[in-house]
Amino acid sequence: MYRYDAIDRAIVEARVAEFRDQVERRLSGALDEEHFKPLRLKNGLYLQLHAYMLRVAIPYGMLSSRQLRMLAHVARRYDRGYGHFTTRQNIQYNWIRLEEAPDLLADLASVEMHAIQTSGNCIRNISADQYAGAAADEVADPRPWAELLRQWSSFHPEFSYLPRKFKIAVTGSATDRAAIRFHDIGLQLVRDGGGALGFRVFVGGGMGRTPFVGPLIRDFLPAAEFLSYCEAILRVYNRFGRRDNIYKARIKILVHDLGAEEFARAVEAEHAHVRTLGIDAPEAEVARIAAFFADPPFAGGLPDTVDDGGDPAFSRWLRRQVKPHKVPGYRIVNVSLKPRGGIPGDASAEQMEAVADLAERHSFDEVRVTHAQNLVLAHVPAADLRAVFDGLAAVGLAEANLDLATDVISCPGLDYCTLANARSIPVAMKVAERLRDREAELGELKIKVSGCINACGHHHAGHIGILGVDRKGVENYQLLLGGSGAEDASIAQILGPGFTEDGVVAAVATVTDVYLRERQAGERFLDTFRRIGAKPFKEAVYG
Amino acid sequence: MKLATGNVARTGEVIWWAGDRWSPDVAEAVLLAPAEGEALLAREAVAEQVNDLALVDAEPGPDGRPRPLHVRERIRAFGPTVRPDLGRAGRDWR
Ligand code: SF4
Repeated sequence: MYRYDAIDRAIVEARVAEFRDQVERRLSGALDEEHFKPLRLKNGLYLQLHAYMLRVAIPYGMLSSRQLRMLAHVARRYDRGYGHFTTRQNIQYNWIRLEEAPDLLADLASVEMHAIQTSGNCIRNISADQYAGAAADEVADPRPWAELLRQWSSFHPEFSYLPRKFKIAVTGSATDRAAIRFHDIGLQLVRDGGGALGFRVFVGGGMGRTPFVGPLIRDFLPAAEFLSYCEAILRVYNRFGRRDNIYKARIKILVHDLGAEEFARAVEAEHAHVRTLGIDAPEAEVARIAAFFADPPFAGGLPDTVDDGGDPAFSRWLRRQVKPHKVPGYRIVNVSLKPRGGIPGDASAEQMEAVADLAERHSFDEVRVTHAQNLVLAHVPAADLRAVFDGLAAVGLAEANLDLATDVISCPGLDYCTLANARSIPVAMKVAERLRDREAELGELKIKVSGCINACGHHHAGHIGILGVDRKGVENYQLLLGGSGAEDASIAQILGPGFTEDGVVAAVATVTDVYLRERQAGERFLDTFRRIGAKPFKEAVYG
Repeated sequence: MKLATGNVARTGEVIWWAGDRWSPDVAEAVLLAPAEGEALLAREAVAEQVNDLALVDAEPGPDGRPRPLHVRERIRAFGPTVRPDLGRAGRDWR
């Protein structure tokens, strides 16, 4: 994985020192909150309902064991023993004291991590496919390109005050595990007829108040023009994106208002100029970065079969959590952060340390965070799967529910978030409990819960989405059906009037009844919904 | 009636105005008339020790102690409802 060079290290350490000074001045009274707030937000420090919240960037969701152990240390030393992995592959801590934040950031810097650009109207942490470098279906590894974007976008002076925040995702597979079409820019690595590497470029996707599936604006962008083209997109956005209305400021609104073709034309015109500026990374630099993501020393000739030993729990876990790897004898292991009765995405310091140990012993020392709030050990020898399962079971993380009804995504909601209208975590937990007995029968079913229209819980992309709203001071929940964040991206539609907390849980159970009644062979919930439409679901829920 | 509340700038901790000082315990908070609350906030804002100063609607609860009317403020008073182990003992967010 990528390691900081002297420049990376110097800028992160300088930022820690600068923030330490700013915090001291705030605490001494030399800086008031009005002037301090933008400075702390530039370092990922929000004030939430109960305390300060720190959002730590995990570039393209990738961590070394050492970094994950540091995240555990932060949870224990500066927080209350846990952290929350988010839908943008980051981690958030909920109980940070301002006076301790500089020490915390110094600890993070010691393992090449920071919280810079995890807030504000800048280019946020780059996200990527969690199976990068391991997936059997991968055209090319997205991580070198994500890293290139990280370096290009870090402290980019022109893009520090965009009209609104900006999120980029990269994938190297046709199977979209990174929800690229719900990002401001979604990039998919492809090869052209001649075998040359390039990108399909989607722009203007997003959720929130006005959800859009990002349209394709460039069918094949040669890899050599990658950065200049991204720069051109950002320039067009920076110039023409709206700054007069926060609700219309994201690039999706600009792309929608202009139309994808017109927007693409504007980008091409800008690119004709930008490509002459020498912004694109020289081949040698791309190769230097790519070398950090070279395959680990995979062993040849490992046994490629796994014996479940007749253990039903292990067998279920193998079938659900373990995916094929590009190298025979290896597997990709998905670690569920949705244990029974657990809070989606939360992990205790002990759990983080246990996963870090397993990664060190069995997966070349690295871990990935997924946008579905789970973890991945990407390179596990088939012969080690039993040991990994046992290690996870020892800390309560051996749940076998990937993409099933209990693998619910949830934002923090009104339990923590100052912007929330309603609690999302308790609803996610109740839905999971209600559907647990039938989750195997239901098959793939992606349920996503947000506590407000900002959609951090990706409810628009849920096969079943739940959105918390405030109805005259009382929590209320809307039910949405038919969304997908995968390569068959679509936006979920609101089914009808909202429900109480228990009401929405019952309504979710009812729509799964309709699915089981109506489904044809091989159909997922989403497929049945797309075939028969909302009407039968509506009738069952409201009839 | 109103409660005055905010978060301690230094720590982020939730606090409530208890008549002559700030308290982390809503049970010690005092109900204020709106004008009284506005005057208090104006005074406190100058000190810059408390962030997100606000007046929130409240009434005496069944036990006679102040109870914020909005669920958001009750959750602030109690802690995350999904982690009662981290909340304030003896409080009910409902
Ligand atoms: S969706 Fe709303 S409630 Fe949930 S974390 Fe985002 S801003 Fe907060």
